[in-house]
Amino acid sequence: MTRKDLKALLIIAAGIAVFPWVFGGNQYFVSLLVFLGLNAITTMGLSLLMGYAGQISLGHAAFLGIGAYASGILTTKYGLHPLAAFLAGVLLSAGVAVLVGKPTLRLKGHYMAVATLGFGEIVFIAFNELSSLTGGPSGLSNIPPLSCGGVAVEGTPFLYLVWVVVFAVLAFSLNVINSRVGRALRAVHGSELAANAMGVDAARYKLKVFVLSAVYASMAGSLYAHFLAFISPNAFSLMFSILLLMMVVIGGSQTIWGAVLGAAILTLLPEYLRSLEDFEVLAYGAILLAVLLFMPQGILEGVRRLFARREGRGR
Amino acid sequence: MNFASQIIQYVFTGLTLGSIYALVALGFTMIYNSTAIINLAQGEFVMLGGLLMVFFTLVLKLPMAIGFLATVLAVTAIGALFERLAIHPLKNASLITLIIITLAGSILFRGIAMFLWGKDPYVLPSFGSEQPIQLWGAAIQPQILWVLGITVFVVLGITFFFKRTLVGKAMTACAFNPLAARLVGINVRKMVLISFGVSAALGAVAGVIITPITLMEYDRGPLLALKGFSAAVLGGLGSPPGAIAAGFLIGLLESLGAGLISSGYKDAIALFVLLLVLWIKPTGLFGSREESELKKF
Repeated sequence: MTRKDLKALLIIAAGIAVFPWVFGGNQYFVSLLVFLGLNAITTMGLSLLMGYAGQISLGHAAFLGIGAYASGILTTKYGLHPLAAFLAGVLLSAGVAVLVGKPTLRLKGHYMAVATLGFGEIVFIAFNELSSLTGGPSGLSNIPPLSCGGVAVEGTPFLYLVWVVVFAVLAFSLNVINSRVGRALRAVHGSELAANAMGVDAARYKLKVFVLSAVYASMAGSLYAHFLAFISPNAFSLMFSILLLMMVVIGGSQTIWGAVLGAAILTLLPEYLRSLEDFEVLAYGAILLAVLLFMPQGILEGVRRLFARREGRGR
Repeated sequence: MNFASQIIQYVFTGLTLGSIYALVALGFTMIYNSTAIINLAQGEFVMLGGLLMVFFTLVLKLPMAIGFLATVLAVTAIGALFERLAIHPLKNASLITLIIITLAGSILFRGIAMFLWGKDPYVLPSFGSEQPIQLWGAAIQPQILWVLGITVFVVLGITFFFKRTLVGKAMTACAFNPLAARLVGINVRKMVLISFGVSAALGAVAGVIITPITLMEYDRGPLLALKGFSAAVLGGLGSPPGAIAAGFLIGLLESLGAGLISSGYKDAIALFVLLLVLWIKPTGLFGSREESELKKF
C-alpha cells in the first residue's frame, strides 16, 4: 500500500464513519451503502483476476451464492453459529474454486470465461432444484442476523462491519499487488510466455488469485444473507455475474480503486434511473455504452487523463 | 404415446432448438473469426428479428415473405450500425473492453425493445399449416419443418459464401491471420463490418423462424446467447461446421435431457457436457490444436 492509497482509504473511511450522523440512520441509505460495500468486496477480487491476471470470470455470482447459501442453510437448518457458517462458506468456495480453476487455468483466454459461465449456470440451477436444502426458487428465509457474543449486529453497526471488511479486503489486495505475487501476476498479464520463461509458474499464480477472488465473493455473499435475512437463487444469476464484471470495466480494471468506483457507480445509478420507468433499461444501456466509448480504460483512468490534459494546457 | 414415439418427439424438439443454437453459434463464430470479439449482443439480434417480424407482418400487414426479407435487412442494418458506432471507433481498446461494449450494446437493445414493444411476449402465426403431422405416434408441428428447412438453406448459403465468393474467402483469410490478410490487400475493417452484418442477419433469421413456436419477448436474448456461445465453444471456437454441429448437439442434449432425466436440470446437462469437453479436449469437438494456438484470445 502506498501513501496515496492510504490517504484515499482514510478519506473514504471518514466519509463512511460520519455518514449515519448526517443521514440519521435512514434505512434506505444504510442498505444502499451496505450493498455498495458488498459489491465492492466482490469486484475487488474480480479486478485482481481481470486487471492483474488477465482472466475473465462470468460466474462470480455463484461464489456469492455459495457463501450466502452456506450461511443461510447452516444457521437455519443446522443451528450453526453465523461466524462458523461464514468460515464454512469461505472454505467451500475456495475448494470449489480450486476444482473449477485447476483444469481451466492451464488454458488460455476465453476458456476461463466459458468454464466460469457454465459453472455459474450449473450452480444457479442447483440452487433452484435442490429445494429440500435451498428452498428452491422461492428462496430461504428467516436467516438470523450476524451476532457476536449474543448481540445481534444490525442496522448502522452492520454497515460499519461491512465497511471494515471492505477496508480489510482493500488493504490486503493493495498489498498483494505490491508483493512478489502481484509482480508475478503483472508479468503473466503482459506475456504469459515471457513470465514462464522467467520462472513464474503462471497457472499456479492465476489459480491463487482465482481462489482469492472466490473467497472475497463468498464473504460478501455470507454478509448479504445475514443482512437481508432472505436469499433466493435470482440474486446469483448470470445477470449478476455480468453486472459485477461491468462494474470492474466501468470503474477501470487497471487498479483496485477502479473496482471500488465501478461498484459505487453501478450500485447507485439504477437507483437514480428508477424514476425513468419505461426508459430505465434504455438509459442504463446508453450510459454504459457512452462511458465505454469515451473512456475505454474506465472512468478512473478517463478522469485522470482529463485532468492531466487540462494541467498540461495550463502550463 | 409409447417410448419410441416419445423419443421421436424429443428428437424433433431438440433439432428445432438446435437449429436456433446453431444459427446463433454461427453468428458468434463469424464475429469471433474477424475480430476475436465474443459478441454478447448476438442473442439480441434474434430477439429483434422476432419482434420486427411481428411488426412487419402483423402491424404493417406485409406478406410473410416480404416481411421476412424486410426483417433480415433491418436487423442486418442494425448490426452494421452497431459495429460502426460502437466497435469501429475504438481502435486501441483491449479485447475485454470491446466484449463489455457488446454487453452494454445488448442492454441498450433490450432497453429499446422494452420501450417499443413492452414486456409481453408476442405471437406470430406459423408460416404454413397449423395442423400437426403424425409421425410414428408423435405429433410434429409443421413450423418445425420450416425451421429445419430454412436452417439447412442458410447453412448451405453460408458455406457457399465462404467457399465460392471473393468476400467470403477474404473473410476466411482475416480469420486465419488479419495482418497477413491486410498485406495481400484485404480491407480488414470492411470485413469486420460485413461480419457484424452477416451475424445480425443470421440472428434475425433465427428469430423469425422460432417466434411462431416459442413466442418472443424483449428479454429472450441472454439465454439464447448463452446456449449459442456454449455451442460455438463446444464446436471449437472459430470453426463454422463445428458451431453448427455443436448447436444441434446441445439442442438434442437439452430436449432429451429434459424429457428423459429432469426438466429442471436440462440446462445443467448441456453445460456439464460443455465443461467436460473443455477439460478433456480444450480445442472443442472439431477444433484443431494448431489453429487454437494461433488465436489471440
